Amino acid sequence: METKTERVKIPRQHMTEQDPKVRITNFDEVPLGYSAEEAVLEAKRCIQCKKPGCIAGCPVEVDIPGFIKMIAEGDFIGAAKKLKETNSLPAVCGRVCPQEDQCEKVCVLGRKGEPVAIGRLERFAADFERQAGQIFVPEVAPPNGRRIAVVGAGPAGLTIAGDLIKLGYGVTIFEALHKAGGVLVYGIPEFRLPKRIVEAEVDYLRKLGVRIETDAIIGRYKTVDELLEEGYDAVFLGVGAGAPVFMNIPGENLSGIYSANEYLTRSNLMKAYRFPEYDTPIARGRNVAVIGGGNVAMDSVRTALRLGADNAYIIYRRTEVEMPARKEEVHHAQEEGVQFMLLTNPVEYIGDEKGWVRQMRVQKMSLGEPDASGRRSPVPIEGSEYLIDVDTVVVAVGTMANPIIPSTTPGLEMNRRGYIVAREDGGTSRKGIYAGGDIVTGSATVILAMGAGKASARAIHEYLSGGK
Amino acid sequence: MRKKKRGGFLNEIIEKQDLSENIVKLVISSPTVAKKRKAGQFVVLMVDERGERIPLTIVDSDPEKGTITLILQVAGKTTALLAALKPGDRIEHLLGPLGNPTEIENFGQVVCVGGGVGVGVAYPIVKALKNAGNRVVTIIGARTKAMLILEEELRQVSDKLIVATDDGSYGVHGFVSAVLQDLIDRGERIDRVYAIGPVPMMRVICNVTKPKAVPTIVSLNAIMVDATGMCGACRVSVGGKTRFTCVDGPEFDGHDVDFDLLTKRLRMYDDQEKRSLEKYRCECHGN
Repeated sequence: METKTERVKIPRQHMTEQDPKVRITNFDEVPLGYSAEEAVLEAKRCIQCKKPGCIAGCPVEVDIPGFIKMIAEGDFIGAAKKLKETNSLPAVCGRVCPQEDQCEKVCVLGRKGEPVAIGRLERFAADFERQAGQIFVPEVAPPNGRRIAVVGAGPAGLTIAGDLIKLGYGVTIFEALHKAGGVLVYGIPEFRLPKRIVEAEVDYLRKLGVRIETDAIIGRYKTVDELLEEGYDAVFLGVGAGAPVFMNIPGENLSGIYSANEYLTRSNLMKAYRFPEYDTPIARGRNVAVIGGGNVAMDSVRTALRLGADNAYIIYRRTEVEMPARKEEVHHAQEEGVQFMLLTNPVEYIGDEKGWVRQMRVQKMSLGEPDASGRRSPVPIEGSEYLIDVDTVVVAVGTMANPIIPSTTPGLEMNRRGYIVAREDGGTSRKGIYAGGDIVTGSATVILAMGAGKASARAIHEYLSGGK
Repeated sequence: MRKKKRGGFLNEIIEKQDLSENIVKLVISSPTVAKKRKAGQFVVLMVDERGERIPLTIVDSDPEKGTITLILQVAGKTTALLAALKPGDRIEHLLGPLGNPTEIENFGQVVCVGGGVGVGVAYPIVKALKNAGNRVVTIIGARTKAMLILEEELRQVSDKLIVATDDGSYGVHGFVSAVLQDLIDRGERIDRVYAIGPVPMMRVICNVTKPKAVPTIVSLNAIMVDATGMCGACRVSVGGKTRFTCVDGPEFDGHDVDFDLLTKRLRMYDDQEKRSLEKYRCECHGN
């Protein structure tokens, strides 16, 4: 193997992407992944720190130097196994984790140059294993007779299910939608996270022995208390934030105006982009405005382009610096021709006689003092209003707590915004009921929800084995 | 493999009956929903993996047999697919019970008005109100006699049943709203009205009850996707506030509902729905 000095001279390997002109005509994945050669080269850049900061930077504590070393040595299947020791969804995390804010942020190579492309390597190992058809199913502990109900088959729920089944618990996931995956199937578009990858990761959990009951909305179909009465020893609530926020401005209920949740669910979960082959319709607007600056806004606006929009706008009330979206996603959107209307905010929608949106009135903003989030808050500029022609609008300004579980689970403490109050380890005001992910934190990331699932797995195991 | 439960496989069609030319009754195996559901609640179903999710009110259930009853009118591709199912066939996905149950109390004398396929939605409400001790007057209507549904069933659970047909082929000649107007004009004491049917009918009923401020509950049939409060497709304006039909409804105070908005939003996908149905019919005939 090359010397350390030689290895650090290897440049960070670029990952090939679909050409922007081509990719806006399809829903195929944009980044194409590393070849084996590229992966090995990239893996060799890792200097195998004695005290790796990257592991601490990972909410699910992946042995990053460990799996990267195996890639460098050409043991790709071994690398995938290593990943799965702590992470049940590596192919997902390799794609959608904000590595630049986590593991890669603390990589020592990043101090002088570019950090090791940990996310791309994670994706490579997981994809290699899946494509080789050698999905490794680790041995699980013998059944310990305890049963856990997991509510919600999103990132938090899938993670806790994977961790607890390995410890010998019987795990059943209850999912309200008809497919498992939560935001991974209804929210994140195919071009960023192909659904067959989510399916493969869910299938892996099934192989481990996790039962998944879809079309089962807890709170209505059965309550949390009924699950406990049925003999589940603990319940984990990973139901997501899952209720859209609108801005309550005039005309917002006109036809053609969607919440991002609806727009993306139609396109991703229901495959409306393949209408009429699939039965769910979606508006194919020519002038589409997406309100917001987060990842969900980027996913929506890039979906609009692929649905044939001539003009796809991001309307955001601050500047690019304050945008919560990953830089990579903003960059992808720019490459694809999305028009960014920054320091701009909608104030009213105007419709035609059929009630369909035709125009939106927007207002220019300037940045004032920093607000509670530390970002400079936007201040409207008087007299700066003007009209834009739009025929489809997607409101992507955030989500709030879905009330179904809170309103049907007596004694479960909520905060004033309706989120479940939970400790670090997921414990709630009710014994035996744990919660994690967006329903506790509000809208956050896939990996943070997975971290919460992991913490609750540990806490439930302690609770049930230690009699705490 | 889905477990064989009493009464059939999960989501299996146990019984199918044509109630009129394009109104179909389906009895479906769904044991948990059958046990849990209350009057006024609905299910969302997907006929197959490529299907859309549509809401349908639960008309009745048999917790012993583990079945629920749905009544639907063929209007688009999904309802056409449902109407083409036979006993033994299975619906791919069925989720429920959803929505808030009807608020049931002993109000005194109540009038339940059902129009068209909405008569099916009215049935469980009439039954629950009757069981709660109300005197229930039920008014049902259809365009013509052949399209009238559940007459006998409703007669059994109502204190009085009045039938109206638009063409006068059966019962009172005219609209259900005129029958209600007549009751009000005669000074009949009415403590509450329930109106379930096509949007124009519900709107007219609300106009009829408004002058005397008779509390009027309507059950709305907005377009839905997930139907769990996640997407907002079903948003309606009630008393100037945006509400979600799926989790805040489906029943609302009719005097506060913006029926104009509801009508327009229900037409949002008219073109696509037509295209979808035509494509389906062509493919069917092609075979």
